[in-house]
Amino acid sequence: MSEPTRTPTPAQGAVRVEVNGLRKSFDGRPVIKGIDFQVERGEVFVIMGPSGSGKSVLLKHIIGLEAPDEGDILIEGESIRSPGVMGKYRMAMVFQSGALLNSLTVLENVGLYLREHRLKKQAEIDRIATEKLEFLGLKDVQDRQPSDLSGGMKKRVAIARALVIDPQLILYDEPTSELDPLMSVLIGKEILSLKSRIAVTSIVVTHDRDLAFGVADRIAMVDDGRILAIGTADEIRHHPDPLVQRFLRINFKSNPNPAPAGNTPAS
Amino acid sequence: MLTLFGRTMTSLPCILRQRGKVVDQLFEIGNASLLMACILSIFIGGVITLQTGPVMTENGLSSAIGGLIGLSICKELAPVMMSILIAGRIGSAMAAEIGSMRVYQEIDALRTMNINPIHYLVLPRITAITIALPLLVVFSILVGWLGGAMVAVANDRIGISYQAYFLNLRQVVDFMDILNGLIKSAVFAVVIGTVSCQQGLATVGGPRGIGHSVTKAVVNSIVLILILDYFLTRFLINFE
Repeated sequence: MSEPTRTPTPAQGAVRVEVNGLRKSFDGRPVIKGIDFQVERGEVFVIMGPSGSGKSVLLKHIIGLEAPDEGDILIEGESIRSPGVMGKYRMAMVFQSGALLNSLTVLENVGLYLREHRLKKQAEIDRIATEKLEFLGLKDVQDRQPSDLSGGMKKRVAIARALVIDPQLILYDEPTSELDPLMSVLIGKEILSLKSRIAVTSIVVTHDRDLAFGVADRIAMVDDGRILAIGTADEIRHHPDPLVQRFLRINFKSNPNPAPAGNTPAS
Repeated sequence: MLTLFGRTMTSLPCILRQRGKVVDQLFEIGNASLLMACILSIFIGGVITLQTGPVMTENGLSSAIGGLIGLSICKELAPVMMSILIAGRIGSAMAAEIGSMRVYQEIDALRTMNINPIHYLVLPRITAITIALPLLVVFSILVGWLGGAMVAVANDRIGISYQAYFLNLRQVVDFMDILNGLIKSAVFAVVIGTVSCQQGLATVGGPRGIGHSVTKAVVNSIVLILILDYFLTRFLINFE
């Protein structure tokens, strides 16, 4: 497993995340089998791997939606299981489905955090929410219901909702799934644009190779609940692990299960 | 379910912050159930009068019909029937809404924003249903009495006047009898709200899971209402 060779410039406000010896089983079936990695402040860290490899479960542990069986997650050196730590740092998650509240309008969804925590007056909340929506290129959708939006718009509204928190850490769960290539590129550009415009650490879970290599400072390849490799895009591209190479190279034209030599059926 | 009830009770101090959602829920409950409550109550009052009135008249007890109908409706029928109506109409909607929020990760999204789903979803719903159901029961009692009176007057085999019906009703039914029905309905409301929210929050799987939660919410609520009704009646008899 490669160690990081490039550490991004630490961003002010962004947080460092450390995952140590994480293990998790559901109904006796191990899903995460001992995962360790660190994400530096301001870094875009991509966790890439096939479906069902435990990526999303890992993300849920980092945001505190799941509790590990073993191991720990540290934010700025503090365990997220310590009292008050989850409230101390501003963290946001962009869900695969967007997870917008269907009973609220787009504007209400984006301003939800500020309104529920009574951090601003309603007029100010609306102004901030509108500003975040415009920041993501979403004008004139404030009064629409989430069910009226396309998949890409929902994802961008979800990002806007995350930005309202003024996050120090953003977690993206499959941000380009169900999106066309144009929208996928747009979402990827948003992730990069956020990195350059605000101080935030980003952890992106995806099986989209284009997105991973397009946005990542470092990539962790995950398979069957374990990390196969960690490194920069170049290091991952040239990693010797056959599973990593298979994931990176497979396409419709290649044979995913080549027959062993000498076993070729006679034609 | 008891855990959810306990957590909701401990979050009661936050209720003022959630008053907007309570009002929204009250409007929803009123809109969804008022007409049905009216129809149900008028026919319940009517059918009991139809069943008991002729027999009482034949035995020379026609002057006691108002009291009998009045007591039956305010102590038993209005709280139980309205609770069953609300379990089917509102409890099912609560379980479906919260269940779908669970399935589509909206509740996870709330948690990531440090918004407690108990404060945001459960507390306003249980509070609203606990306010709405007793009010609905008062409405149902009045409409049920009226339904009974209409049948008592219109039916040839009963044939008593409105004055005779309501005079006896006033002599027999006192405030404690109405309070009895209101206490029952408040307890039933908490049961319906807690069971429905708990089933919603426990939803797993996709749309099929939501369907299971809705069915369980309604069936469990009704079974608990009928069981609790017996024990509450036994308890409240001590205060008569």
